[in-house]
Amino acid sequence: MKAFAALYAELDATTSSNAKLAALQAYFADAAAEDAAWAVYFLSGGRPRQLVPTRLLRELAIALSGLPEWLFEESYQAVGDLAETVSLVLPDSSHSSEAGLAWWMEHELLPLRGLPPEELTQRLPPLWQQLDRQSLMVCLKLITGSFRVGVSKLLVTRALAQLAGLDSKRVAQRLVGYTDLSHRPTAEGYLKLIAAESDDEHAQRGGQPYPFFLAHALQQPVEQFDTLLGPCDQWQVEWKWDGIRAQIVKRDGHLWVWSRGEELVTDRFPEFQALTCLPDGTVIDGEIVVWKASEGTEDEPPSVQPFALLQQRIGRKTLSRKLLDDIPVALLAYDLLEYEGKDWRSQPQQVRRDMLEQVAARAASPVLHLSPMLHGESWADLARQREASRRLGVEGMMLKARDALYGVGRTKDMGVWWKWKVDPFTVDAVLIYAQAGHGRRASLYTDYTFAVWDGPPGTERTLVPFAKAYSGLTDAEMRQVDAIIRRTTVEKFGPVRSVTPTLVFELGFEGIALSKRHKSGIAVRFPRMLRWRHDKPVEEADSLATLQDLLS
Amino acid sequence: MDLVIARPEGLYCTAGDFYIDPWRPVPRSVITHGHGDHARVGNGHYLATDIGAGILRSRLGADINLQTLAYGEKLVHNGVTLSLHPAGHVLGSAQVRLEYQGEVWVASGDYKVEPDGTCEPFEPVRCHTFITESTFGLPIYRWQPQAEIFEEVNQWWRENAAAGKASVLFCYAFGKAQRLLHGIDASIGPILTHGSVEPLNRVYREAGVHIPATHYAGDFKKTDEALRSALIVAPPSAGGSTWMRRFGDYSDAFASGWMRLRGTRRRRGVDRGFVLSDHADWPGLLWAIEQTGAQRVMVTHGSVNVLVRYLRDQGLDAQGFTTEYGDEDEAATEPQPE
Repeated sequence: MKAFAALYAELDATTSSNAKLAALQAYFADAAAEDAAWAVYFLSGGRPRQLVPTRLLRELAIALSGLPEWLFEESYQAVGDLAETVSLVLPDSSHSSEAGLAWWMEHELLPLRGLPPEELTQRLPPLWQQLDRQSLMVCLKLITGSFRVGVSKLLVTRALAQLAGLDSKRVAQRLVGYTDLSHRPTAEGYLKLIAAESDDEHAQRGGQPYPFFLAHALQQPVEQFDTLLGPCDQWQVEWKWDGIRAQIVKRDGHLWVWSRGEELVTDRFPEFQALTCLPDGTVIDGEIVVWKASEGTEDEPPSVQPFALLQQRIGRKTLSRKLLDDIPVALLAYDLLEYEGKDWRSQPQQVRRDMLEQVAARAASPVLHLSPMLHGESWADLARQREASRRLGVEGMMLKARDALYGVGRTKDMGVWWKWKVDPFTVDAVLIYAQAGHGRRASLYTDYTFAVWDGPPGTERTLVPFAKAYSGLTDAEMRQVDAIIRRTTVEKFGPVRSVTPTLVFELGFEGIALSKRHKSGIAVRFPRMLRWRHDKPVEEADSLATLQDLLS
Repeated sequence: MDLVIARPEGLYCTAGDFYIDPWRPVPRSVITHGHGDHARVGNGHYLATDIGAGILRSRLGADINLQTLAYGEKLVHNGVTLSLHPAGHVLGSAQVRLEYQGEVWVASGDYKVEPDGTCEPFEPVRCHTFITESTFGLPIYRWQPQAEIFEEVNQWWRENAAAGKASVLFCYAFGKAQRLLHGIDASIGPILTHGSVEPLNRVYREAGVHIPATHYAGDFKKTDEALRSALIVAPPSAGGSTWMRRFGDYSDAFASGWMRLRGTRRRRGVDRGFVLSDHADWPGLLWAIEQTGAQRVMVTHGSVNVLVRYLRDQGLDAQGFTTEYGDEDEAATEPQPE
């Protein structure tokens, strides 16, 4: 635990990728395989389900620190992270456990799950006493499931690849599914990650998907596309669907569905079991969307329903018959990664697409559709077609070079995918509530609730909250806004402050829908601050009518 | 009538008709220490410790109307007996003891309870009413012994020097810089200072505090080999300036009590955060309050509401004093001048 905590501290302290890479390599070079197995798991985003209920953790911390509950809460508000707060208020320990991460996870922490409160209350304090403060904080973060450190999976992959003398794409492939909840890190599993390549490796993958190839944002004006991208006929153009990116893997008579987070979601989408008709050794990349059969007009894309509907299905643990009937899904396929058991990722885009069309035609399934290709005479022509995006419920277009190979993650060395998104919806809204942020924003008021007027200027009207946003400001702006919030606070409700409305921001968001759950009757997707409207008085902010216009 | 009340100009001694650390110009002022938020220009008359006089004059002007007292020396003004006692914060820092018709008030200014060898250690003064600061008034703030922190700094400097990298240590120029210089292992490499740090080093040296030999960083060229193993002590304002370019590939660190929290440490964007403060931590505040024996406690700048509520729960008569040293939780957002 100590070595892992030291690694955490080192990774946390620097913003340099090279320094992080060096720290990772040094750790993996020294660590026992079973410890390294767990380190890879946590560093690449693995999170076991919460081991101890948060409430119990709080109560125990309060009891052990001897603090009144309100003072613990004040402390938590200042720190912004429960695990860190607990680690800071617990009494100092003079011990420092030498046991490794794997031993801690397997013998001390994982067995805690599901224990009755009385037993947890007995077991946790002696555990904590064995740890120095840094290890204690890391241990608490593992317990609460809030372990996060500024390392990308790609960086972990690179560190392992360099250590093992392997191509990092190979390691990325082996890492797929490593952080899935059903997977338990073991020494053996870790040694396989860094083992020399073997011939039968490809055959032993079971249901594993490939690392997803991710797109880069294209933000230049369309006039520059010819210079930047060359002629548009060199590109495969599709709509950018607003659904869940997924791979469908069919091997050995079984079918698996993986989401972009490399989470196995087969059970959430039973519809796709119909695709067991695909030949063994087929992997398709595409987008899961809600699909309804209805007569579309000619320029209408297939019957894709808004993301809001899909959202209603995602969170459900059990899927009722009714839900499956009301919100049926289908896959809009856009790439073929494996065919006849062979890795097709090093085939050019166009070749993969041609074969994908054949595979889809043979399957002839109502839950498998091709993502249609769009054609334009020029980039300007495509830009005109793209204006229909909002109406069609898509986010814009995807541009894929016809000769591009299928890369790993957000890389450009194998070829490029561009996402050419439409501009977000915008509205000028008033900041009315603020709450302190977490992590590096702890103790700063950075999470805001925004409102618009419920009537036109000159009438008696009030501000109606409709969105929360916390991203888009620079650090300097954040500090300025924080100071204004403190100066203009009207009331405090727990961690939330209401303020005298003085601040207007241009908010951007991706989608808008009617909602019964919001006071304003409207829900927006991915709201964020585009800019601070210093020039706009509160009276000139937008009204609900503006939002309602966007709905149609 | 209370002996000290909060007025728009600052903390005011009613019977004595003078202010303690006023933030607006007043005819008569008592200054606890030379930091900018406590010692301001424009007062008609200043009273401070003799040890702090040099610093006050260098910051506020040589021609200020300044009267000085030794620690413990008594002065009677309008019937109020006034004396200054060590606050352990920075060189010359004082608590102000006021006695009037048998009632004793003590205003702490800023204070720290761990002796550090660069200034007279904090001395608890018995009183009926204690006016305390509360900069780090939350139980999450508990300091490690400073020797451990100095060892962390030494270790960081040694590792950088071994890797051929300059070590840039950001800290406030008055107090923190000298405490660090006094505490670290000066044999590791050359020590360079920013132009704002050196005049204060001189004042400390003149006061008999050991500060190792330092060089003015501006005298060094980027190519100078000495930089590769040097420790550079600079104020936070130097960070990100062109002045920093001369140090090439350096590692940077910030020394402050705020570095105790991961969030503030990361916001600083430095490689290392050393938890070293010239203010009392939570146990320090509670210990100091207890030592005074005061039944009444007035809480100023920092976590006012928290400390007031906590002390009331302990059965003390506590209340907040509104000052312009900072809003009650604003202190947590940005490192304050310490």
